[in-house]
Amino acid sequence: MRRSTHLAFGAIAAMCAGGITFPATAAWEPVRPVEFIVPAGTGGGADQMARTIQGIVTKHSLMKQPLVVINKSGGAGGEGFLDLKGSGGNPHKIIITLSNLFTTPLATGIPFNWKDLTPVAMLALDEFVLWVNAEKPYKTAKEYIEAVKAAPAGSMKMGGTGSKQEDQIITVAVEKATSTRFTYIPYKGGGEVAVQLVGNHVDSTVNNPIEAVAQWRGGKLRPLCVFDAQPMSYDEQIADGKSWKDIPTCKSQGLDMEYLMLRGIFMSPRATKDQVEYYIDLFKKVRATPEWQDFMKSGAFNTTFLTGADYAKWIEAEEKRHQTLMKDAGFLAPSN
Amino acid sequence: MEELVNLFHGFAVALQPYNIMLMVLGIVLGVIIGVLPGLGGANGVAILLPLTFSMSPTSAIIMLSCIYWGALFGGAITSILFNIPGEPWSVATTFDGYPMAQQGKAGEALTAAFTSSFVGALFAVIMITLVAPLVASFALQFGPAEKFAVYFLAFCSFVGLSKEPPFKTIAAMMIGFALAAVGLDSITGQLRLTFGSTHLLNGFDFLIAVIGLFGIGEILLTMEEGLAFRGGKAKINLRVVLQTWKELPKYWMTSLRSCFIGCWMGITPAGATPASFMSYGIAKRVAKNGNNFGKGEVEGVIAPETAAHAAGTAALLPMLSLGVPGSPTAAVLLGGLLIWGLQPGPMLFVEQKEFVWGLIASMYLGNLVGLIVVLTCVPIFAAILRVPFSIIAPLILVLCAIGAYSVHSSTFDVVLMLVFGVIGYLLKKCNYPLAPLVLAIVLGDKAEEAFRQSLLGSQGSFGIFLSNPLVGTIMVLGLIALFWSVIQHGYTRLRGAMA
Repeated sequence: MRRSTHLAFGAIAAMCAGGITFPATAAWEPVRPVEFIVPAGTGGGADQMARTIQGIVTKHSLMKQPLVVINKSGGAGGEGFLDLKGSGGNPHKIIITLSNLFTTPLATGIPFNWKDLTPVAMLALDEFVLWVNAEKPYKTAKEYIEAVKAAPAGSMKMGGTGSKQEDQIITVAVEKATSTRFTYIPYKGGGEVAVQLVGNHVDSTVNNPIEAVAQWRGGKLRPLCVFDAQPMSYDEQIADGKSWKDIPTCKSQGLDMEYLMLRGIFMSPRATKDQVEYYIDLFKKVRATPEWQDFMKSGAFNTTFLTGADYAKWIEAEEKRHQTLMKDAGFLAPSN
Repeated sequence: MEELVNLFHGFAVALQPYNIMLMVLGIVLGVIIGVLPGLGGANGVAILLPLTFSMSPTSAIIMLSCIYWGALFGGAITSILFNIPGEPWSVATTFDGYPMAQQGKAGEALTAAFTSSFVGALFAVIMITLVAPLVASFALQFGPAEKFAVYFLAFCSFVGLSKEPPFKTIAAMMIGFALAAVGLDSITGQLRLTFGSTHLLNGFDFLIAVIGLFGIGEILLTMEEGLAFRGGKAKINLRVVLQTWKELPKYWMTSLRSCFIGCWMGITPAGATPASFMSYGIAKRVAKNGNNFGKGEVEGVIAPETAAHAAGTAALLPMLSLGVPGSPTAAVLLGGLLIWGLQPGPMLFVEQKEFVWGLIASMYLGNLVGLIVVLTCVPIFAAILRVPFSIIAPLILVLCAIGAYSVHSSTFDVVLMLVFGVIGYLLKKCNYPLAPLVLAIVLGDKAEEAFRQSLLGSQGSFGIFLSNPLVGTIMVLGLIALFWSVIQHGYTRLRGAMA
């Protein structure tokens, strides 16, 4: 039912777009509606990005066939990855990934590896920021870490999204780098985590910018440092006369940890070069739209774009890193 | 009264002809979505979201929120006519709505359901208009311990206030908890009870269980009774609406209570489903004719519908003011806000006055439009029952199968639905109540999560559940509800001994 409804609505959308034709730039083109799998629930970061892309594609008529977003969030995204893995040779299925591309198979032992899929393109990287409640006295990451050290081990609470996923990996890395101990409390979604911090139910979070920006603007939260090699590039003022650019890197605060989350696109196994080219071209067009640039700005994303061998090399390095990080943290499933 | 001035500006925005057209369109689409089991408001809104990107944010949210109201209204229709809840929050509506339809009072039941929905929503919108900032800060006080206390209260009031034998209620509830435990353990990130099957990665979806237990189970029962056609006497004219309206004011107490329960559950945010169950449970115990609940009592339709709609409406408040969705549909709307370039959160009410008050005004108007649309259709809906059962049963079966498939686009779910159908049939034959089972599937994993988050935070100390007045009060209320019959019994004996 869902799919046919999608088709019906897609057909409506296609009819709206019917009057406009554009020249085919790639040799291959979808002949059926394309399923855009989101290995996460509705309303989360990956889902928002996928639906934004869907909206941009529809609005600018970038595809002749409709693009249909489908959430397959079961088993920390494992459901979505296994679905794509099992659709070898079907070029009408793409998936948007988050860090669970690496963490889910490692933590749960489901039979999946990114090499089962065909990499298409890296769309962006999501930043992570260390946040505290604005009522608290800590003005810098240094002050906060000192306070954590002074408190009894495990009495400071770090809130995060999911278990044995990116937020908890960062938390463990922070603990290692500073010889401290947090109590990590997993929640279902990033927005909920930010509100738990506003309500003082946890002491700090490592929310993505887009999850916490509203509370920052409302004067409820304070960003301490960003887990990246250099500060973010957006210099528009957000709150207290500060912009994303003014948040120092954690490394400069004595907290040596970098982490960025992949927002990338993959296709099903055994995709041909033409098919990959088609999608790369499509996402290039998406990236050129003003809507996409606004979206990047609102979430303070790192807009690195990679394809082909560079992209595969990046993923490979990142997979090795996750393996090490998760092994150190003791997060690996027994079968791995 | 700056709010009222803002609100009138909002009405001016919402009353533009283009926006009214979107409102009607949204309601009609929403009712259709609500009628189809499995499709659901969240999916419906998600599918239509990209179509709204070319509209202004205010028009877009008016249309999408009207789909949401429509789905809330529509969920009641199949619950009452066929005992198949179109939406999770209309499960409790089947308890008395379906018996009413069988007695030929489908028109009354539908009218009562729609009207109560409207009352609940209206109450919640008025509350949002007047006390929005206050309510938002109340919601902030809810950490894991407080959330667990709310779920605890919902379970306790169901066990304690139910007239079923408590052990059968608890047994059914435990089956529900066991089913809710399947899938990913959100605290440790490990897979639980999946037995290596990839189909079980997602656990048992509540909607599939409900469609099977209620819809398929009901068809099996009816077939056993010889395909008897029981709804034939349904009156099908509009007078039934007016006649029912004359009756409704009698139940103002139930309505008011359900409004409060609904608003509270919507804000905290537990959502419309527990609100409808809790409201039904309490009404059953408190109402004068509570003994007739489950046999076709109008009050048993009013209580859950009012609470569900109040909760569904109130759930939008934490979304707008805190950026935390109170329901799955609100979560999708939240995604929409971000895409339209609006940042939900404390500043939205300050920076985007036209949008916020346009939305609130459309809540008033959307619900009114919705009420008119669905009430005029009551005779048509009721007339469906005139179709012979041997024709309608296969149709329902197909509808159920489509609904189950659409939840995750998976054929395995259709098989699962049939299995649940057989289980539902057997449980009914053995007189086990289905509602506690459903309640446990819906809230089981959320309650577990909140419980374990609380204990993580308190380093394993149970004292956290009594650590502040708010959580302590809710926990004590829960215990009182659980042992209500014992307390009542003891009190009567005590009085007997004194006299």
